[in-house]
Amino acid sequence: MYTLKEKTVVTLRVNGEDRQALIRPGDILLDTLRDGLGLTGAKPGCLNGDCGACTVLVDGTPIKSCLMLTAEAVGHEITTVEGLSDTPIQRAFIELFAFQCGYCTSGFLMVCHALAGQMQTPPDAVIDEWLESNICRCTSYEEIGKAVRAVLNGEIK
Amino acid sequence: MIPFDFEYHRPASVREAAVVYRQLEEAGKAPVWYGGGSELISMARVGNMGFGAVIDLKSIPDCRLLDNSGDEVHLGAGLTLDEIRRSEKFPLLGQTAGRIADHTMQCKITLGGNLASTIIYREAALPLLLGDATITTGGEKGIKRYRIRDIFRDRLQLPKREFIVSTSVARQYAEAPYFHIKKTKNEKIDYPLITTTALIANGYLRIAFSGLAAYPVRDEVVEAILNDQSIDFERRAEGAAAALAGILLEDMNGSSAYRRFVLKNTLVSILESIKDAQVPCIR
Ligand SMILES: Cc1cc2nc3c(=O)[nH]c(=O)nc-3n(C[C@H](O)[C@H](O)[C@H](O)COP(=O)(O)OP(=O)(O)OC[C@H]3O[C@@H](n4cnc5c(N)ncnc54)[C@H](O)[C@@H]3O)c2cc1C
Ligand code: FES
Ligand code: FES
Repeated sequence: MYTLKEKTVVTLRVNGEDRQALIRPGDILLDTLRDGLGLTGAKPGCLNGDCGACTVLVDGTPIKSCLMLTAEAVGHEITTVEGLSDTPIQRAFIELFAFQCGYCTSGFLMVCHALAGQMQTPPDAVIDEWLESNICRCTSYEEIGKAVRAVLNGEIK
Repeated sequence: MIPFDFEYHRPASVREAAVVYRQLEEAGKAPVWYGGGSELISMARVGNMGFGAVIDLKSIPDCRLLDNSGDEVHLGAGLTLDEIRRSEKFPLLGQTAGRIADHTMQCKITLGGNLASTIIYREAALPLLLGDATITTGGEKGIKRYRIRDIFRDRLQLPKREFIVSTSVARQYAEAPYFHIKKTKNEKIDYPLITTTALIANGYLRIAFSGLAAYPVRDEVVEAILNDQSIDFERRAEGAAAALAGILLEDMNGSSAYRRFVLKNTLVSILESIKDAQVPCIR
């Protein structure tokens, strides 16, 4: 049985590196990444599971880090937007202007990167469904859709 | 940030979970079962709920069961909605799960968490009610099995100190032709105005709803009216809507009169699809 009773230093595997963080058992992953590890790419938005700005990958699956305890992530592979540098999806967002203010961008990048990692040729309905997990107040939806499709169909590598 | 401290326990077996629950309770820690944690974290963050310890059930192998090799489909309570959908083992439940919250949340919300939710919708319960599911629980006295109708009356009523380990449905029901129609007030991703699920077993239409009332509803009187071949579809739908009129919700998603209107039209369209053999999800 894995147990955390009080403030403890845990090892988290983030972007391929082992990182130590001092956490309370009740800390959420978003706060640990931002305040404990200085990885501020995942953004706080609604803190309620609605907006997706805080999305990270856990074992390759998109997860809203505002609704995950850090304790749950111990022993799993966490990827944040800081781990996506020089990836096809990063290039696609830049080349196709898939952001305006950029607040939602890291969350969308994580969802798009996970989708491209899990499926080679997802139907349009599946792409839309994955993207519907996130909200962009600047309404860059059209460009975000184009960026992920450009990666999926190999136009941007 | 959650504004209070609590302990985190991740047992590796049903027995370990039962033992730690009792120990925490005796130590005055007010433990809660923890599935995906999305509801517990949201509620704790805004102070709607307090607890001294969470017991994360997701790593218990029995809660990860995913099997349809025999006459039944068994699904562990710790599976996420996304895992259930991708497994394609119970298509109606998969489709229902695929319309709860959004895709990323479906990768976190568990079957057990949705069934035990304090939020009124509990959409994943509908296919299980239609399939006369068995709920397997774990606790101090080991494993127990309950018929869903005995333990899910409006909401899950588990004996104290027990948790859901898995659910089982006969393949005859899991593989039956089905309907799933989720209507929301506005956005596609939202709580339901009315979610209607139905399956046809031995030529008989079974039907259950979420969002219609303050709890998931499956009603034998309504099913008898809808299956009454001596009256036309309009009158069957009217009769079913009238039978449910007393429990219709009246809230910001819609008035009870609007729900009754939507319900009646949904029922007519389902009955017409069956007549035309256009059951949309027939496999
Ligand atoms: C953004 C968002 C959108 C949503 N949209 C919908 C929707 O459209 N339709 C819908 O039906 N619901 C919806 N929900 C509600 C959601 O399905 C429930 O809150 C559900 O309980 C969350 O599951 P979880 O596994 O995260 O539960 P948790 O937070 O882990 O637990 C919820 C409750 O269940 C108990 N519990 C958990 N697992 C077990 C178990 N194995 N045995 C016994 N008790 C257990 C916990 O003690 C707690 O009381 C939404 C939630 C969010 C955050
Ligand atoms: S901040 Fe996590 S979903 Fe909005
Ligand atoms: S680019 Fe501004 S919120 Fe999406």
